[in-house]
Amino acid sequence: MNITLRVWRQDTPDAPGRFVEYDAPDIESHASFLEMLDVVNERLTDKGEEPIAFDSDCREGICGMCGLMINGLAHGPQQGTATCQLHMRKFKDGDVITIEPWRAAGFPIIRDLVVDRSSFDRIIEAGGYITVPTGSAPDANLILVPKPAADAAMDAAACIGCGACVASCPNGAAQLFVAAKVANLNLLPQGQPERWTRVEAMVDEMEKYFGSCTNHGECEAACPKRISIDFIAMMNKDYIKAKFKNRRMAGQGS
Amino acid sequence: MQLDAKIPEGPIQDKWDSHKFNVKLVNPANKRKYEILVIGTGLAGASAAATLGELGYNVTVITYHDSPRRAHSIAAQGGINATKNYHGDGDSVYRLFYDTVKGGDYRSREANVYRLAEVSSDIIDQCTAQGIPFAREYGGLLDNRSFGGAQVSRTFYARGQTGQQLLLGAYQALARQIKLGKVKLHARTEMLDVVIHEGRAVGVITRDLVTGEIRAHSAHAVVLATGGYANAYYLSTMAMASNATAAWRAHRKGALFANASFTQIHPTCIPQSDDTQSKLTLMSESLRNDGRIWVPKNVGEERPPGQIPMEDRDYYLERKYPAFGNLVPRDVASRNAMTVVEEGRGVGPRKNGVYLDFAESIDRLGKAVIEERYGNLFEMYERITDENPYDVPMRIYPAPHYTMGGLWVDYNLMTTIPGLYSIGESNFSDHGANRLGASALMQGLADGYFVLPYTISDYLAPLLGTQPVPTDHQVFAEATQEVDDRVHRLLSVNGSRTVDWFHRKLGKILETHVGMSRNEQGLQKALREIPALREEYHKDVRVLGENESFNQSLEKAGRVEDFFELAELMALDALNRRESCGGHFREESQTPEGEALRNDDDYAYVAAWDFTGVGETPNLIKEPLEFEYVALAQRSYK
Repeated sequence: MNITLRVWRQDTPDAPGRFVEYDAPDIESHASFLEMLDVVNERLTDKGEEPIAFDSDCREGICGMCGLMINGLAHGPQQGTATCQLHMRKFKDGDVITIEPWRAAGFPIIRDLVVDRSSFDRIIEAGGYITVPTGSAPDANLILVPKPAADAAMDAAACIGCGACVASCPNGAAQLFVAAKVANLNLLPQGQPERWTRVEAMVDEMEKYFGSCTNHGECEAACPKRISIDFIAMMNKDYIKAKFKNRRMAGQGS
Repeated sequence: MQLDAKIPEGPIQDKWDSHKFNVKLVNPANKRKYEILVIGTGLAGASAAATLGELGYNVTVITYHDSPRRAHSIAAQGGINATKNYHGDGDSVYRLFYDTVKGGDYRSREANVYRLAEVSSDIIDQCTAQGIPFAREYGGLLDNRSFGGAQVSRTFYARGQTGQQLLLGAYQALARQIKLGKVKLHARTEMLDVVIHEGRAVGVITRDLVTGEIRAHSAHAVVLATGGYANAYYLSTMAMASNATAAWRAHRKGALFANASFTQIHPTCIPQSDDTQSKLTLMSESLRNDGRIWVPKNVGEERPPGQIPMEDRDYYLERKYPAFGNLVPRDVASRNAMTVVEEGRGVGPRKNGVYLDFAESIDRLGKAVIEERYGNLFEMYERITDENPYDVPMRIYPAPHYTMGGLWVDYNLMTTIPGLYSIGESNFSDHGANRLGASALMQGLADGYFVLPYTISDYLAPLLGTQPVPTDHQVFAEATQEVDDRVHRLLSVNGSRTVDWFHRKLGKILETHVGMSRNEQGLQKALREIPALREEYHKDVRVLGENESFNQSLEKAGRVEDFFELAELMALDALNRRESCGGHFREESQTPEGEALRNDDDYAYVAAWDFTGVGETPNLIKEPLEFEYVALAQRSYK
């Protein structure tokens, strides 16, 4: 198939960016979107032009490294799919495809389509863990986890940290990412001792980088793992509760 | 040079305990006087860094990813083995030890494997406490599944995303230490060399992938947790950036590299669909629990799979290996797939796959059960192939996936360079010539959580009171200059071919001659072709841009350059080992039924290679393998 690309090019974080148009003839429809970009890049290199910088790693939808705005949609037109698993058969011959980096103040551009998502790491560092130094754990089956709770925690834990939720949000908010990690840990018995401090610390850290959630729901639509915004409601509930929970009574259950 | 694996004395079940007692300790208040560098943040690196930080050491972590959470451990799907025996089906430390030594075709070190089996249960405890959402039974207890090469259910899993969940657990533990200031993180930073002073590893040289800054880091000890090298094949299940540079640079500085030819070709990957493909996608081996593998009986079969009647199908694994059936170890499954495809009985548009059929399981268990077990894998398959595996059998074919070979380490996981450790897939130690499914996660976390944090103090304790070599010392200046020169050399070639063009060519040579099946003539040919292509690379590669910017072509160029040298060693190691064992199948050495035939008299050793220069033949140093507990036997899965 033959397509035309309009790609955001920006040399450095502070340099002005611009759209550049590239013809991409003879693209295999079986190829993935990123393999199409590989081909374009090889052709650019052959012509002596610097290739388009973009992030990707596992290319099987799990590492969360890739992420492009494709025709204005985070990860492109296919629901529940990371950019690396999007295939060219989802496009038509003759299409003009606009490719941009994640657009969010919380994700500064490094080069072309590559952004800096280290703010996500800062949020996890703030409280996205259960404190359990190596070697101190009891036998695994001493901790009973009801199957529905384990399943719900897994639904939330499936987040790959790609940032599509932020990129698709009109406010540049990161609630879905943060809520997914809060829910993963707060839904489990193991997460209870730090439940209230965790949600406060993570939400407060999030506020330093990202906009506010106004329940647009664009994040759920863009999420390659289809993480539900129900988790945002859970996080908000825990956050409010955290404000008046007496921590000394945390041993009594909720 | 004589290799000393430092295996403790005594009966195998006491070795680790007595070793833990005998190693020198660093007292809690003194740990903060030590600096440790950990390179890589996969399961091994993240778990080691977090644990060392918890213990009180000052740790610096380096990853070329934008976040520690991206490491390729994340892509492991199926599960992690442990000897919990929660199902009462006869599992034990000894059985996991036995299965692993046998599965590795008797080319691993008994003492290391036994220790791995011993700590496997601790890993599950640790990960569960961290909040890993492992699959559960309705009563709230942990669920298990079975995996290739074992006859018990000992695999713990978190849907089809076990690696992701375990990595996030380790990453989160690491994040806690970063927040506490015990671990310093350098992301988007790639290690390009290790620095040696007076025979010890004293630091590394890195390049900042955003700014190009080349920097020296010094420490009391350096831990490489940099993964495997299957990307040398170009088409593999590895992530795009997975590379051998850190391990290879250590090898060039004197660390021996062992069993380079021991690569694992994973049986259940999606076959290649076109020529521009950049990687192959693995479908978890757990699919073999419920899927049946078959090909048409006849060459030239054109009917769609649903219309091929039972009598015209060949369930070749069930036919040849009735005891293990579709759950034979990976090397056996892969080789058999290759054989039927070479016979012309392959399926799919390119005739390059075999069927993995769920029709019968769906009939027996219902679609809902299959969906719960494998839903995300089925979805992934459909996204890639545009075929719905609930209706049409999956097509699968083997792909390079894991490398059992790696840096030689002793029982303490230290390489032949004092102060330089290698953990996880980057070392050679536990899997012999073939790794069993769900054992990579186990080894990565065993090394990182439960082995290295104990053994490293033995090296550190005598260094109490010493400062790391300052980074303005001449050894660092020289190493920095070397790295800088290398980067600029790559940029200045300005030839006519892209890095990927060369990488694809190299991959083709390896796949053809150092792949699932190897022979004398092919390996000789590879040993002529690889150096020739390497020379061409140095004359004709084109890397645009500059060092002082975010330059992905430059990153790749250095990695592929190291793959060239490593590929040559892979071929040489395969040539030297004139026997078949595990994933290393020499056509000259097979049983009448076509199974791998070992030659224990001549090859029951670890082949450790000592670098002597680019294009020079390295020296072979043998570590003899002794089997006191698992009697050497021809593997049989019939």
